[in-house]
Parts: sequence; structure tokens; C-alpha cells
Amino acid sequence: MAKLKAGSRLKSAVCDTQVMVIAAPAGDVDLRCGGAALTELSVTAPRGAIHPDHKNGTQIGKRYVNDDGSLELLCTKPGEGSLAVGEARLKLKEAKALPSSD
Amino acid sequence: MNLMMLLEMAAASAGEREALVCEGERWTHGELFAAAGRAAARVRASGVERVALLDVSSPAVPIALFASAWAGRPFVPLNYRLTGPELDVLIERVRPALLIADRERAAALGRREGVQAVAREDFLAGVRAPGPAPDPDWAMEPDDVAIWLFTSGTTGAPKAALLRHRHLVSYILGSVEFMSASEADAALVSVPPYHVAGMAALLSSIYAGRRIVQLPAFSPERWLALVESERVTNAFVVPTMLARVVDALEAGGGKPPRTLRALAYGGGKMPLPVIERAMRLFGQADLTNAYGLTETSSTIAVLGPDDHREAAASDAPDVRRRLSSVGRPLPGVEVEIRDPDGKPVPAGQRGEVCVRGEQVSGEYLGRASRIGPGGWFPTNDGGFLDEAGYLFVEGRIDDVIVRGGENLSPGEIEDVLLGHPAVADVAVVGVPDVEWGEGVAAAIVLKEGAQASAGEIQAWVKKHLRSSRVPQLVRFEPELPYNEAGKLLRRRVREALARTS
Repeated sequence: MAKLKAGSRLKSAVCDTQVMVIAAPAGDVDLRCGGAALTELSVTAPRGAIHPDHKNGTQIGKRYVNDDGSLELLCTKPGEGSLAVGEARLKLKEAKALPSSD
Repeated sequence: MNLMMLLEMAAASAGEREALVCEGERWTHGELFAAAGRAAARVRASGVERVALLDVSSPAVPIALFASAWAGRPFVPLNYRLTGPELDVLIERVRPALLIADRERAAALGRREGVQAVAREDFLAGVRAPGPAPDPDWAMEPDDVAIWLFTSGTTGAPKAALLRHRHLVSYILGSVEFMSASEADAALVSVPPYHVAGMAALLSSIYAGRRIVQLPAFSPERWLALVESERVTNAFVVPTMLARVVDALEAGGGKPPRTLRALAYGGGKMPLPVIERAMRLFGQADLTNAYGLTETSSTIAVLGPDDHREAAASDAPDVRRRLSSVGRPLPGVEVEIRDPDGKPVPAGQRGEVCVRGEQVSGEYLGRASRIGPGGWFPTNDGGFLDEAGYLFVEGRIDDVIVRGGENLSPGEIEDVLLGHPAVADVAVVGVPDVEWGEGVAAAIVLKEGAQASAGEIQAWVKKHLRSSRVPQLVRFEPELPYNEAGKLLRRRVREALARTS
């Protein structure tokens, strides 16, 4: 469980996934990737194993949200684990295609 | 949050892909990333507080922009057309700074205290080296200022708008899908670096993985030649550029460039006849009108390709007129029209365009934020929303003509005058009037070979609008004054017409 700060970066403890927090609820969030809590980018702990139930992978450039949209992450580096709050899997945010304007 | 993250992601996903070409010199995303890291080290070592650039478009622009973000200093692109005292004022405000400029100016300005000047060629030679990129160590502080942009100063002294990392990153994430472009896509960037659209074009294209083709000095012939030779698929132009490209195409037989798929325009009011001619000439291309301000990190509303086609094909006047709208707000951006007391007004009523969203800065150097209660930024643009939510922008509120207590919008009168078959361009301004306080005056440029008298012009307005809108003074001019970004210099028109009246 940790407080998440918009604009900060986190990484998975069990795969290559890195994310940036776009929006976060005020309180503590049990944010996980591949079944394990995410860590600060600077942490260099030995890597654990990905939980087999949380192995759908993350895609670079995609945004992931929780059910009520209070949490939004941008995947800045892809990996094999899936993002979740507790056991609840985050969903891919569908982006509306926009015409390029600049 | 840091702009560098956008380039880091592009370099990680498509490091070998060509990111940029300028006058035949080519850079990949990976090379830009490594160069930004080396330039950041130089910025940090120099001890300056800002990185300024006084130059035309070149690879030094994105490299200096990203290097500034990496080093945690604001990037300040300056208008290279400024000289003498105007430039001195800006230099005074940016120093101590590293200044990238053409060789002559670097030599001259480098003698000033607090200015470490480097010629563009030397800057690029110093950062284009083989070997790995430095390790990422930029701060992820969303509130750090990424860019200072001095607003064009069509009125009064220039102000520096502050764009923070969170504004610009929000704009990009909200409007561009990562690596959505194909390797064959290329965007022609012809707006200068000191224009917000010039900054936005670099960031959008890099995040989309779309190759950037830089055009340092615009001319319609060079623009068309570069579209052809670099197989350009996307381009953004300001109104005067589009008008000149359309003229050049028509003069040259009217064959549009084959590769161009999407043409966006913005940065000023586009006369309806130019849009209609562009739609005929670029029939196969998608046209997009983008509306935004420096203070909103570029685009906040777009009239997309389908909107253009639907409006052009419609016989219903309220659908047809959307061609002269700026479309609907981007997702994540809210627009409201307010009366002078700050109360929102219903669709169809005129007022001030107010905007809210993560990308909206509304902040200037050394001044209190202009963001009001609830996060709303008053743009100082006047306009209205139609029933379907299309936004019509009619010019700066300051330009409103107050005639005998009645507020008249120059844009409304100009639109009518542009519909006159003999009129090529027009500016409507207020002039001092003894009886009414202010009177309506029109400066008109006639189409080549066309004739019209002042009386005919007045009769045309009277036929379409209430009599209070009829210009009491009509003057014919060979051309109207625009700045190089295509913005009409209304103040100069006003001064000239006030002398006549």
C-alpha cells in the first residue's frame, strides 16, 4: 500500500513494466504488477516471480484505469505482468482517435 | 512527469526509426535522445538558469527543448525576427542563459553578461556523437516549467506564457496515441519554433512516431517542393501560409501533392473562401481546423475532416456555417461562453470563450495566474457555441467595437464582407466617432481585377446585417498587415483608419 503522486514513476518488482501515474485517488493504493507491489524506480531488489494469474502483459503508450477512473497510469515500458489494484485488474483505456492537429 | 519521457518512450520503441529531417540531415529517435542527454550535461555544467534559442527551425530546436527538460531548465524559443531594443528586453529576462543562435548573432550576443552563446552548428556538432546515451536522471516534477513562450505582442509589451511539464504532457497524452503513425508518415513543420504550434508539432510527432520534416524558411514553392521530395503525409499551416499555398497551386495548374493525406490549419482566423478553395484543391486530403492559444498548450478544439465534409455538403445554413467554426473541444477540455459578469450563457449567445483542462496554463512570468474559480481560464476571445457544441471564435474581446453602447464583433462583419465576390481580404476595426463614441471602419483588399465601390460594400453589409454594422468608412488597400505567424496586426489597421477618419 502506498500513496501515489501524479507525475511520478514506478516499476514492477517482477517484470520490466514501468508506469507513470497520471491520476491517483487521495488515499493509499494497493497497486500491483504481476501480483507484486510496484516499487520506486531507484529500488534495485532481486526480481521475484510473476504470479501466473497476473501475466497478461502491459503495452507501452497505453493507459490503464481502475473501474471508477480515479486511478490512471501510463505504461512507459512494457513487461509481462498485468497491472491491478489488489486483485482487481486495471483496464485498458480506449482512446478516441483524433485527427492530427499539429 | 517530464517531457523527456515522451522522447524516451519513442527512442525505446522505435529508436532506429527516422525522427527528423532538416535540409537533408537525418536523425533517428535514438540519436535525438542521446543528443538531448549530452546537451543536458552541457546545460548543467554551464550553470545557466535558462536555455534560449534565437534561430529558425533546425534539429537544434527539439534537441535543446528536450535537453532543457532533462536538465530541469525552461526552454525559451525567441522570435528570430526581433532586433535591437525589442530583443534586448527579452535577453534581459532570460539570462543567465545558454543561447543557441546563428553564428553571427551568437558572436554578438555572447559578449553580454550572463549570456553563454553557441552557434547552432557548433551546438549540434558537440552533441552528435557515437556511443551510448547518458543514463536518464531528469526530475519527474510536474510543476517544473518546461517552456517560456513570449506571446506575439500584437498588443502591448510581450509577456512570457509559462508552460509546465504537466500542461504539455497532458496535451500530448490527451490528443496523440503513442506510435500511432506508420513509418511512411511524415509531418511538415513550417511554423517557427517560437510559436506554440511549432513546439506542439515536435512533441506530437515524436510521440506518434511520425517523421518530422522541418522547413526553416517558408515559401509556398519550397513548401510544395518539400511535400513532394520528402513524401509528406501531414502538415500544419497558419492561415497566410495556406492562402499562399493555395495561390501557388492554382497558379501552377492546380495539381495537389499526391502524398499529402492530412492538412491542418490554425493560429488565426481562416477566411471561408480560402477554406473552400483548399477543399477543392486538396479534395483527397483530410482537413482539420485547430484552435488553441499559447496559454492552453496549443490546440483545445478541432473541426475534423468529417465535420468539414458534412458542412460543405449540407444545404442547412446552421450546418454549412460550421465550416467557419473551430469545431468541438478536445476530450479533457471544457469550453464555456460567459457574459461580462462571468455567468455562462446558453448556446447561440455571444460572450467570452472560457476553457478548463489539464493542459491549460493561463500563467505568465511574474504575474498572478489568470485561472479563475473552478479552474476556468478566460481566453479574451469572443465567440459562441451552437446547439451541437461547435465553437465559433470571432476575435479578441479587446477588438469589439462599442458603437453607441452596442457591442459589435468585427468577425461577424468580416465574415459577411468576405462573402462579397470582389473581396479578397478584410479587417474591420473601430475608429473614434464624435456621435457614437466608436464607429465601424473596414480596410478591404479587392481580388485581382475585381472592382467595387465603397457604396457597394456598404450596401452588401446592409443587405446581410443590421444597419449599425455597416462600415461608415471603407478604405481599399493593396494588402493588410500580418505578422510572420499569420496574425492580423489589427492595431496597425486601426491606427491607419483612425487617421483617415
